[in-house]
Amino acid sequence: MQVPAQVEYERAGSVEHALTLLARYGPAARVLAGGHSLIPMMKLRLAQPEVLIDINGITDLCYINLTGTQLRIGTLTRHAQLLESSVAGEHFAILHDAERVIADPIVRNWGTVGGSLCQADPSEDLSAAFAAMKGTMIIHGPDGSREVSAREFHAGPYETVVGSSELLTEIRLPIRPGGGSGYRKVSRRAGDWPVVAAGAALLLDGDVITDAGIGLTAVGATHFAAAEAEGFLRGRTATPQTLARAGQIAAENCRPVSDQRGPADYKRHLACELTTRVLGVAVARARGLTT
Amino acid sequence: MKVTLTVNGTEYARDVEPRLLLIHLLRDELGLTGSHWGCDTSNCGACVVWLDDTPVKSCTVLAVMADGRRVLTVEGLANGASLDPVQQGFAQCHGLQCGFCTPGMMLTARWLLNNNPHPSPYQVREAISGQVCRCTGYENIVKAVLWAAEYEAAEHGAAEHGAGG
Ligand SMILES: Cc1cc2nc3c(=O)[nH]c(=O)nc-3n(C[C@H](O)[C@H](O)[C@H](O)COP(=O)(O)OP(=O)(O)OC[C@H]3O[C@@H](n4cnc5c(N)ncnc54)[C@H](O)[C@@H]3O)c2cc1C
Ligand code: FES
Ligand code: FES
Repeated sequence: MQVPAQVEYERAGSVEHALTLLARYGPAARVLAGGHSLIPMMKLRLAQPEVLIDINGITDLCYINLTGTQLRIGTLTRHAQLLESSVAGEHFAILHDAERVIADPIVRNWGTVGGSLCQADPSEDLSAAFAAMKGTMIIHGPDGSREVSAREFHAGPYETVVGSSELLTEIRLPIRPGGGSGYRKVSRRAGDWPVVAAGAALLLDGDVITDAGIGLTAVGATHFAAAEAEGFLRGRTATPQTLARAGQIAAENCRPVSDQRGPADYKRHLACELTTRVLGVAVARARGLTT
Repeated sequence: MKVTLTVNGTEYARDVEPRLLLIHLLRDELGLTGSHWGCDTSNCGACVVWLDDTPVKSCTVLAVMADGRRVLTVEGLANGASLDPVQQGFAQCHGLQCGFCTPGMMLTARWLLNNNPHPSPYQVREAISGQVCRCTGYENIVKAVLWAAEYEAAEHGAAEHGAGG
């Protein structure tokens, strides 16, 4: 029987209240969002916080809003809410592609967007999706709020730049006309973590790729991104050959390791293939084709 | 820590340790052993109950997180002596063998049909994809849920017909 070790529990009613509690308890405290990573880790003693600060009562951190140029997602938004959001899907097909294959419908009911990002699992899906979309994270702390780019959010496996007295509150995604995006994942069975997954967000001017974002997960890509392949694509015409070459470059520059989900060379092959395919999906969507 | 929650329409107050999991509150403190406790790793779905309006894996939720909320377990599915159509479907279609996965499967099925009264077989499979059955091969579970959908559509049709006529 797996049960967490003894722990104290506080319930935060607002962002300010959560910050006060975080300041009071310091590094001994952990934020509790959906708990779908933290509670399993506590059962295994991989995490042993002295105090949990439950943010589930801060319902105003649960939203998906469209401003003129941005989609804003509150940290406490559940995976299921993102999947159901037509405004999110309309502007970022990649979000619906990814959410459809993150865990299973029941886990998606409680797991949160912000909790996933803060967990920073090296195989996490949304980190790759937000890297592709070049999102921005809003972090609140004792001295106010700061913005961190998705490309600077992760400090390493299971580590982010969110300090022990800080709270991630929001993710912002830039909306740009002429864009197309997608997400493709290979996993061992339905509802499982990826063996490898790739996300792409492209901007097209006619046939020319004016900006490219490529996210990769589970292959040790720096900041979940394929920066070299992005650089290669910028300014090039979107032909099948160009996309395939970008896939190769992405695969050459990641660092997969062999584990129970597969050997490293297989993962590298998947990184190439999935990147190529998802770039094709993003191009087709930017051209207004349904895929 | 004091928690107050409404399970199957009845309010319960208990003093619990914050580390107590919801599944253990339901089974050990409240005696509601219909919800099963299987893998303990959020994978099998034997422990699925509703928290407010959606099913969750109760081995991955602390009891204190359910404070002030509503919980629905398999014990609350039937309406008095009349079984929920989902329960009837499992009986009609031989949707269970050992029955260990069944409470969780039925609670997810009820949620699916509330949101999508006419699911395709694929949509039923997708809904239960986070739940494991070691006996049936899933085929009869899918049939059971589709049986319930058809039964409810027929009931609904009859009610409308009755109102119109
Ligand atoms: C069976 C199963 C399958 C899964 N499959 C996948 C999958 O295929 N792909 C995938 O990407 N994920 C998968 N997950 C993970 C799932 O997406 C979790 O929901 C997610 O990892 C954590 O979200 P949470 O809200 O539950 O976070 P929690 O467990 O509550 O928190 C995780 C960490 O983030 C911290 N934290 C949470 N919110 C904040 C905040 N606002 N500010 C600062 N710190 C915060 C917590 O302190 C903790 O350290 C799976 C999980 C399970 C149980
Ligand atoms: S016991 Fe909860 S998912 Fe298996
Ligand atoms: S009926 Fe035995 S596990 Fe499903």
